[in-house]
This record gives sequence, C-alpha cells and structure tokens, in this order.
Amino acid sequence: MHERDASALIDRDVVERTLGVALARGGDFAEVFAEDRAGVTARLDDGRVEELSSGRSRGVGIRVVRGETTGFAHTADCSAAGLAAAAVAAAAAATESGGAGRIAALPDRPVGPGPRAGVLPGTVAKDAKVALLERADAAARARSGSIRQVSAAYADGRRRILVANSDGVFAEDDQVRTRFTVTCVAEGDTGLHTGTESPGRTVGFELFDDVDPEEVARVAADRALALLRARPAPSGRLPVVLKRGAGGVLFHEACGHGLEADLVRRDSSVFRGRVGEMVASPLVTLVDDGTYGREWGTFAIDDEGTPARRNVLIDQGVLTDYIWDLVRARAAGRPSSGNGRRETYRHLPMVRMTNTYLVAGADDPSDIIADTEHGLYCAALGGGQVNTATGDFVFGVTEAYLIEHGEITEPVRAAQLIGNGPETLCLVDAVGNDFDTWAGTCGKDGQGVPVSAGQPTLRVAELTVGGTAS
Amino acid sequence: MSEAAPDLEAVVAAIADRAAPGEQVEAYANHSVETDVKVHGGAVEELTVAESGGVGVRVVVDGRLGYAWVGSLAPDLVAGVLDEARDNARFAAPDPHNDLPTAADAVGVDVASLDLWRDECITVPTTEKVALALALERIAAGLDPRVRGVESVHYGDAAARSAVASSLGVRASSRRTVSSCSVSALAGEGDGTRTGSGFSVGRTLADLDPDRAARDAVTRATRLLGAAPVTSRRVPVVFDPLVTRSLLGILGAAVNGEAMNKGRSMFLGRLDQPVAAASVTLVDDPTDARASGAAPYDAEGIPTRRNPLITDGVLCGVLHNTATARRAGVATTGSAVRAGYASPPGVGARALALAPGPRSPDEILRIAGDAFFVQSVSGLHSGTNPVSGDLSLGAEGLLIRDGELADPVRGVTIASTVPRMLLDVVAVGSDLTWLPGAAAGLTLLVGEMALSGA
Repeated sequence: MHERDASALIDRDVVERTLGVALARGGDFAEVFAEDRAGVTARLDDGRVEELSSGRSRGVGIRVVRGETTGFAHTADCSAAGLAAAAVAAAAAATESGGAGRIAALPDRPVGPGPRAGVLPGTVAKDAKVALLERADAAARARSGSIRQVSAAYADGRRRILVANSDGVFAEDDQVRTRFTVTCVAEGDTGLHTGTESPGRTVGFELFDDVDPEEVARVAADRALALLRARPAPSGRLPVVLKRGAGGVLFHEACGHGLEADLVRRDSSVFRGRVGEMVASPLVTLVDDGTYGREWGTFAIDDEGTPARRNVLIDQGVLTDYIWDLVRARAAGRPSSGNGRRETYRHLPMVRMTNTYLVAGADDPSDIIADTEHGLYCAALGGGQVNTATGDFVFGVTEAYLIEHGEITEPVRAAQLIGNGPETLCLVDAVGNDFDTWAGTCGKDGQGVPVSAGQPTLRVAELTVGGTAS
Repeated sequence: MSEAAPDLEAVVAAIADRAAPGEQVEAYANHSVETDVKVHGGAVEELTVAESGGVGVRVVVDGRLGYAWVGSLAPDLVAGVLDEARDNARFAAPDPHNDLPTAADAVGVDVASLDLWRDECITVPTTEKVALALALERIAAGLDPRVRGVESVHYGDAAARSAVASSLGVRASSRRTVSSCSVSALAGEGDGTRTGSGFSVGRTLADLDPDRAARDAVTRATRLLGAAPVTSRRVPVVFDPLVTRSLLGILGAAVNGEAMNKGRSMFLGRLDQPVAAASVTLVDDPTDARASGAAPYDAEGIPTRRNPLITDGVLCGVLHNTATARRAGVATTGSAVRAGYASPPGVGARALALAPGPRSPDEILRIAGDAFFVQSVSGLHSGTNPVSGDLSLGAEGLLIRDGELADPVRGVTIASTVPRMLLDVVAVGSDLTWLPGAAAGLTLLVGEMALSGA
C-alpha cells in the first residue's frame, strides 16, 4: 500500500515540491496535471492500407489560481527542474507577490482505478489492426457495384493522467479508447454521395467483440446508397422524428452547452438564472453521466481529479443544475460535478460534457412515426453548432427520410436543421421507449474532447428544415 | 520558460542521416512559443505562457509508408521515432507513387523571400499583451449603450519555427510570428440577445487594431437586435467577407489533388472547363506575405508558389503534394500541409483569395436590390458535402431592401449547391480582406439561394 507505484507518471515528492514552487509567491490554488498518451492510427483508402502512424506525447500542465486569475504554463520536460520552471512561469502569470499559499497534504500514492481496458491496444499486433480495415473494405464493396470509394480508419489511444492539487487531490486514471470509422462514396445518376459510420468506446481492442467491422461498413455503404435515390430535402417548419441514438447531438447543442457553468457565469447562456424553472417539455429528462458504461465520453476521474458522476440537468422539464468544473465551482462555493476536462496537458481545463443523454420515455417508436402525418425522419446526424448566448443551433442531417401519412417513405438529401434551444426543448411531444448512443468529438474554444450523446426515438413538433425543395 | 530555441535543422538532419540503404527518411520538426490571454470583467481570467514542439518521421521502404511522431524535442524520446516509423512501414501496402520528394521536385521555383518574423512578438512584455486585451474589453463595453456585456476577449500570439530534412537531399526551414485579438459582444436582453464578434490579426502586437475589432463586434451584435425568422423564399444573397472566407474553404477542398485522385471532388473531370461565372478568379498564393498562411516552403520542404485555380470562371489548377502529384502524373504545386508533427503531409490551400472585382460593398448592396445579407453562418462542417457540393447552412444577417440593409434576420437556413452558387456569382467586391486562416474574404453577391424560415 505504501510502496511507490512504479507506474506513477511523476513521483509524489516531485509533485509536492512543484506545488510548493507554484504557490511560493501566493495564490489560492495550484494544480499539477501530467499526461502520457500514445496511440496508433491505421488508414485504408482505395483498397490499400495507406499508412500506419503511431505517436507519443508526454508533458505537464501547471496552473495557479489567484482570485479570478488563472496562470498556466506547460512543458514537455517532466524532470523536477522542468516542472519547477513551469511552476514559476504559471505563478508569475497568476500572481503579483504575497505570502506562500497553503498546500494540503497529499495521499501517499495516487488514487485511481488503474487500467480498465480488457485488451490494451499496445498488446495487439499491428497486423491484427490492419486486418480489420481490409475486412471492412471488402464488405462495403460487396454491398453494391455503386460503391466507388471506401476508406476505413482504425484508431486507438491510451491516455494516462495524474492530477495533484493544493487541496490534497492526488489521483490518476488510465483511459483507453478505440474507434473504427468507415466512409463510402456511392455513384449514381444524381452524382456522388457519402455515407459514414464511426462507432467508438472507452475500451481497448475488445471493442471488436461487440463491433463487427463488416457491419460498420454495411451501415456506411447503405447510407451512401440511400442518398442515390434521395430527392431534395423539404424546406420550412416540419415535425421531425429523431431515430434512437441519432438525435442526441441535438440535445448536446440545443441545451447541453448552455448548461456549462463557465458560459453561464460569463452571461453567455440563455439558461442563466433559470434553475428550478420549467425549461422543457415534461417528457424531457436530460442527464450528463461520465460514469455511463464504456461510452466514448466515459472516464474514472475528470482532468481535475474529480470522480466522474451522473448529473441530472433537466428533470421532467425542470432545470435542476448546470455542469461544473473546479474553478467555477469554487467561485460558487459548491463541489465540481466532475465536468472539468481538457484536450491535452497543453490546454487549461474548462466545463465540458461527457455522455449526455435524454432518458427514455413510454412511447412505442413505431407509434411515434404512425402518429406523424407529414414530417422528416432523421436516421443519422453529422454534427452541429450552437450560439449559447442566443440558444440558436444548427445540426446537419446526413440520413433522412420523409414521413408521409404516418409512414417512412423516400430518402431525402442532406440538409441542415435549425432551431432555438429553449424553444425546441418545449416542443418535444413524444419520447420513445428505445435508446441508443452516438460517439463524437465536441469542440469548444479550440479544444476537442471525446463525448457521446444518446436518446430514444422522439419527436420535435416543429423544426426548420433547410432543404432546397420548393 | 524561454531558453535558447532548439536547433531544429540539426534535429531533422540527424534523423535523415540515419537512413539505411534502400530506405527513404524524412523528418519534420516544429517548435513554438505562445502567449494566450483571456480577460473578463476588467480582470485577467487566464494567462498561458507555453513552449512546445515535436517531431514527425516519414519512412518509405519498397513503396511502403510508415509514420511516427513524438510531442517532444527531448533527445531520448526523439531517438526512438525513426525505428517506430520503420516498424509501421512494414504493415502498409506498397505503392510506387510513395517516393518522397527530392531536390529535383523543387527545380525551377524560386524560394519566396518572405518577412514573416518579428522579434517583438516574443520580446514585448506580457503586461503589454494583457493591457491590450483589457483595453479591448473596455472599448467594446463602452461603444454603444445597447451592449450589455462582453462575452469574451482574447489575445494570442505564437512564434513558430519548423524544419524539414530528408535522405533525398531536401533541406528547408522557416519561421513566422502571428498575433491576434478577438472580442465577442452581447447586445440586448433575454430571448432578444444577439452576439457579434470582431478581431484583428498581424505579425506582432503593434499590428493590431483593437478599436476596429471592438467596433466590428458591436456593430455586428447591435444591428441584429430584433432579428426574427422570415418566411421561406428564393432570394439573392450577399455574403459578408468573413462568410466568403469560410465558403472558399469548401472550394479549397474541391481543388485538393488527393480528393481529385480519389474521385471525391465536386470538380472531378472539370479541369479546363467553366465551373463559375466569368467574374470568378481564384488563386492560392502562399508567397503573399499578407496572408496568415504565408510560407516559403510547404510541409515537405518544397518551395511554395502562386497557384491559379480558377481563371475567369475556368477551372485551371489543382493543388498537389509530391505523392498526389505522382499519382496524377503531374508535378507538385508545393501544397503539402500538415496539422502539426502528429500527422504526415496532406494537401491543402494556405492563402486562397478571389481576385477582387470593381465594386465596393455598398455598390454591391445597391445592385442586389432586394436580397439577404448573410453576416454569419453556422454548421459549415455538417452542412456541406464536399463530394456532391450540396450546401445547407444556418444563417443570420439582414434583409436588403432597395439596396440598403433593412430588417435583421435570424433562425433561417440558406441552401444551394456549391457548383450552382459559383455559376450564379453576380458580383465580386473590391474589399479584399486578409483574415485568420487559409483564405481571404470579400463581399460576394450570389444570384439566388433557397432560404428556409418561418
């Protein structure tokens, strides 16, 4: 128990000394964040394994908070001297002068779960990774003669982190993620069309116990093939039914970002000052859950050492809480919700979502469609964007069909959907009893972090569909 | 933290010199020193000072390509990268086009003499950078009583150097500084809140114009007050220079040699054919020092040059790096780009610009008559299909009535296809503006698009 952990990224005494240097000139809070990441990417294109790439990055970010000001410095030099130099730089950025800040004692060794991946990617031969790509290529081409191009990518990453701060946190995590992507281009009378499928989870190579590369390829191919027969998307306000898993990104954009405490504090959220109010249809219960299964946004501790948590944000339409990181939570005199994340050690943490999902309801998905006279059925979305200050959001639909007289009929071409967050939340008028998730990268202030979004099949009574059909 | 800058030329040459017989080795290294300031409410919110660097190595053996990188310039970590890249090469399929560039690929092109470095970017005290950010916030907050807050203010600069060396004799290095500030203003209350942003870019602090950035942000936020969706219609569209800049990014992807080789471009098979109105001339010129992306060498050490892409409406050029050029049976255009040391070279534009036309933005509004002025778009990534050219974007801006900006509009989409829009270009503005990123902007009038609204 008191033995030094041979795998610790930095020795405990070096961490303590660095925190001491960071607070030597004053300050309320200091943190050392060390990260060691390694990953492999393999790409197949045009029937050939084009390249295999592997990389390694290791470094430390140090921040010092004094009052409202955060000073930050990072270094790839993980020696005691390198850390001390970065600590001096962070302290100089944050503080003028004053007495030394207080540092709480650290535990003897970092607290953390250790690696949780079943099969660490580093233990798998590279040719096994390459073989997955070739299987996907063959399966996509076998789907139809109209499939002209297939590209596939395998990516794995292991990210070991260690966080220590002047409040006595000393924690570590070992995060392993694996993702598989297939993109197909189909050619027909209407030109070239693209379909993509890209499952990813916070697991090692055992991802492929659940995810069949051939099936991923078929989904991507079928998405491209459907577009060959697609007609222009409708234009104007329509009821929109979102297939399970496909529409989670809508809630990520429509309200998730607006519930991030840093944006709320900056007065750039339409949800500011609305906790306790009805902000959504009573059918809406929205959760952000960093502990959820082994989804793409799952971890044991966030990048500030706070254990991941399940946070209910909207409970049957009532706004219950925002999501928080350490700095914003300290200022508000409350605990962090485990949502302090950063892309790498070179970035400052900020409030970020993890796995954000809308909880399943009672309706049979087929009834929701049957109950829709004329509308749009969205089976896949391509990502979105929101202006949190106004709540206006967009998201791209990459696979969609018309609903006519309660039945899914013809495919339509890609189009943008737009709406306003608070307005759209109130327009949810049917929530299904099924559920699925979607993995993606969420960008904010130039930092990308892995997230997932999930939802049951549901209907929004009205959204603006940006098609070209008159 | 700023010690003596590492000798990147020596780092990459040492790796290239280790090439075994029958093996091609290329090393790329970069290093940058950065300052980043965010202020809020009259106080510094975040101040970051940082130095970072890394190395990426490309190896080709028997036409098989392997790549490996490390996010550090520490000799013990750099030492292992070449072997890792060699190992990775064993698993790739052989391709005779995978030869690395040689000195012969650079013959006939003079290296542009570009002055992209200002010592001041590093030597100016951090306190002055903080002072500029605080001043920017103060100016934006005080310009108009309808501004109720400043959402964010940012100052950032970077002094970046890079070097490439290969076992085939390529040796190139370059350095540049960039400095920028930006501000986002909030106008109005509650549901009526509108936002607008402004910025300024240069090579060092002294180049920046915080007054202009503040004025742009405040104008853009306040002129949208009271914005509402309008009914769906087909309408001519005038694009703000910032939006035109973003749209040029889509064209940059369409003239990408890799996309062309793989049949993933909306311009496939259209070389030497008219693809746009005759008023459209598009060039990628990284040797223009005004461009943020200006550089004397591309990411594999080949000299950059001016590449005409569309001339008087006719598609006349495609961008290539060495590998995509060999595959297409042409010569590289010096257009290799990298996202950093962590990825091998791809193909991309660095300094796209439309040739400016004769008309001022005001004249273009007058010609447009009744139209929609698009101030900003959203969903550019999810709403564009680079293969089919389908385009559908969220938009906000103002209706143009009788040649003047009139009612503010939000909550609508505009849709068309990129090929259609190019043919429908009615007027190109004279207001060429160099902006952050790989393209310049100007005011652009496009004949007709589908607007979806209330």
